[in-house]
Amino acid sequence: MSAFDKTLQIRSSPHILSGNSVDHIMFHVVLALLPAAAFACFAFGLTAVLTLLVAVGACVGIEHVLCVANRKPSTVGDWSAVITGLLYGLTLPPGLPLWMVAIGGGIAIVVGKLVFGGLGQNPFNPALVGRAILQAAFPVAMTTWPVAMAEGRFSGLPSSLLTLPFLTPRYDGVTAATPLSAWKFDHHLAGTSDLALGFTGGSLGETCALLIGLGGLYLAARRMLNWRIPVAILATVALFAGILHLSDPARFAGPLFHLFSGGLMLGAVFMATDMVGSPLTHLGSVIYGVVIGVLVVLIRVFGGMPEGVMYAILIGNALVPHLDNLLRPRVYGTRAGKGAKA
Amino acid sequence: MSTSGHDRTFAHGVHPPECKDNTAALPIRQFPFAPVQVVPLLQHLGKPAIAEVQEGQEVTRGQRIARPDGFMSVAMHAPVTGVVERIALAPAISGRMEPAIFIRPFPGSTQEPLQGAPLDAGTATPAQILSAIQEAGVVGLGGAAFPTHAKLKIPDGKRADTLLINGAECEPYLTTDHRVMLEHAADVMAGIPFLLKATGVGRAIVCIEANKQDAAATMRQAIPPGLPVEVAVLPVKYPQGAEKMLITAMLGREVPSGGLPIDVGALCVNVATTAEIGHLLPRGAGIHERVLTLGGPGIVKKGNYRVPIGTPLRFLLETVGFERDITRVFLGGPMMGNAVSSLDIPVTKGTTAVIAFTARQTGNVEQQREYPCIRCGYCLDACPIFLNPSMLGLLGKNGEHQRMADEFHLMDCFECGSCTFVCPAHIPLVQHFRIAKRAVRKAKAAAK
Repeated sequence: MSAFDKTLQIRSSPHILSGNSVDHIMFHVVLALLPAAAFACFAFGLTAVLTLLVAVGACVGIEHVLCVANRKPSTVGDWSAVITGLLYGLTLPPGLPLWMVAIGGGIAIVVGKLVFGGLGQNPFNPALVGRAILQAAFPVAMTTWPVAMAEGRFSGLPSSLLTLPFLTPRYDGVTAATPLSAWKFDHHLAGTSDLALGFTGGSLGETCALLIGLGGLYLAARRMLNWRIPVAILATVALFAGILHLSDPARFAGPLFHLFSGGLMLGAVFMATDMVGSPLTHLGSVIYGVVIGVLVVLIRVFGGMPEGVMYAILIGNALVPHLDNLLRPRVYGTRAGKGAKA
Repeated sequence: MSTSGHDRTFAHGVHPPECKDNTAALPIRQFPFAPVQVVPLLQHLGKPAIAEVQEGQEVTRGQRIARPDGFMSVAMHAPVTGVVERIALAPAISGRMEPAIFIRPFPGSTQEPLQGAPLDAGTATPAQILSAIQEAGVVGLGGAAFPTHAKLKIPDGKRADTLLINGAECEPYLTTDHRVMLEHAADVMAGIPFLLKATGVGRAIVCIEANKQDAAATMRQAIPPGLPVEVAVLPVKYPQGAEKMLITAMLGREVPSGGLPIDVGALCVNVATTAEIGHLLPRGAGIHERVLTLGGPGIVKKGNYRVPIGTPLRFLLETVGFERDITRVFLGGPMMGNAVSSLDIPVTKGTTAVIAFTARQTGNVEQQREYPCIRCGYCLDACPIFLNPSMLGLLGKNGEHQRMADEFHLMDCFECGSCTFVCPAHIPLVQHFRIAKRAVRKAKAAAK
């Protein structure tokens, strides 16, 4: 009699999913980064194109090779290695020898992510881990800044870029201090509009704050970025820098200068918001943002280095497990402060 | 009386696609009898009923065929006039074999349901009403199948001030409560006085989500003069039909962890359950059929049907027709429904819907591979009871079940599925939680 003799799947409910997925989110983060990356290519020419390609290629390549070597399915399809590569590339100075770019990219993926167990397990932002180690290893190369909008940037390559491994790069083009170091060491203040539009020296992605903000808005609108984090960071930096500026305008730069210079925009919008390394709760996110913002200003103004976004975010990352542990949401039907007993 | 009420809801939750359009406008139709009706003795939470018919005995539709075994049990009634073929084990949705009464219908019978001594809400005592509800075999028809008389029995020293009639029906695809409210508004209004009298509660609120405005209008018109009933319209959000969420949405009260609605002075009864009480008690009859939605892309003649209790799913699907590439059948909505392993499982009192999916719906679920948790936090924003499903999922994967319960409120999870629905990593969170809860309960039982 049985017209029905099919094998039925047995599954735990729910039987429908929202359709969102990790690779979908990661892909959109890549999309949101593209305008900033494109501007970097415009401002720094072929140098930027090659640097970003090598950075992404190193990250994706090493992840793929290590997955295959460990006889595991390759995880590069989730786009997260592309994000790491792009972000890492955007933190580099243009003209950094490409072999250094590649090494840093490999470090970002291996030390920043894979040693912890891969995607989702990394306590620190992998791109920043790569950059931090590179900065410790090659301090001079990492702080030599060719100027933006140089003539002939689309026709030739600076010789430093193609330096052979383990040789000291020679810089033939014009280099200049970044706005932050110019302020810190020479007390020279760059114009805010130049900073916001990105016509100043610095890392590839330290340039156009507006395009970075645009990418952030796109992600926030798609709920793929926790807007509380960049808002908290930027508000804290503006407030803290503003108070300092008011106390002594000659000694401390104003809040707009701090907001639009250096890696703050890129860091606040794309790095501090890395889902893996940021808190799960809303209150935690705000505290995390405030801590990062305070650290940025402290390092920039009172520290030995002109820029502090990288270390601020890495320290913020380290706080996340504690924030998650301390700031658990109050479970429905339990009184506040009643402890964790169900 | 509240018509707007659009600010009234609970925190968090999700918005799954509603998928109600195919069946919401279809009137309830009577479903034919299967060649054999299989009536399980356990269709509710509690103890199985005790069969009081013998093999070979003739029974009349609506006749009591099993009596309740103690307080946490209800009576069973014959869904069809026929002969008891045997009393034997039948597959149940639990995955186990449960005792059931197999009844073969008489083809020539008029199938007139048997009626008994009527009960009048005006003159009956609360105790009489509770016992009549138990005798009528009424359980929560919203899916939980908790014996209704047990729910209405107010513990000593407690008091309820509000009775919520739950017509939220927040699960996708489900349109049974919607149709019951449209077509049996009078039964609902006849049931409410019984509930109020039995519990001593002064007012009732019929709670309906805003995607059923026609039902709200019908219910409002059906309120008889003098009956303290309001109709409230709530914004559409899942899982608003969950008892705790509805109480919070309507009254702003939080049911304590591990507690019951009565602890905050509220009672919550499903609208179809209320309609059955309003229909059965004045006739002295017992529940022998229920309205359910047959839906989902795998079903040909989708609709809302009044199905005799004990109709095997196989007969159900073959009668309405099914698509060739059907891959999954589940009882209830897609968020909380149970997938069935066998089509020999019969419809019970708690079956709100039978939904069939084809490879097209289940395929994309299967193809979506599981990623590691990326700590996006979507699940925390979805969980209506503010758990940390992300953390619970990680602990569940590591088998740290006791820690999930001790530190992260595992046992407060009511498996609404919101976290799993939004998870971009496709982690089967609810499944982890179910496994963990089972392990914790087992360990607790073993420790005693």
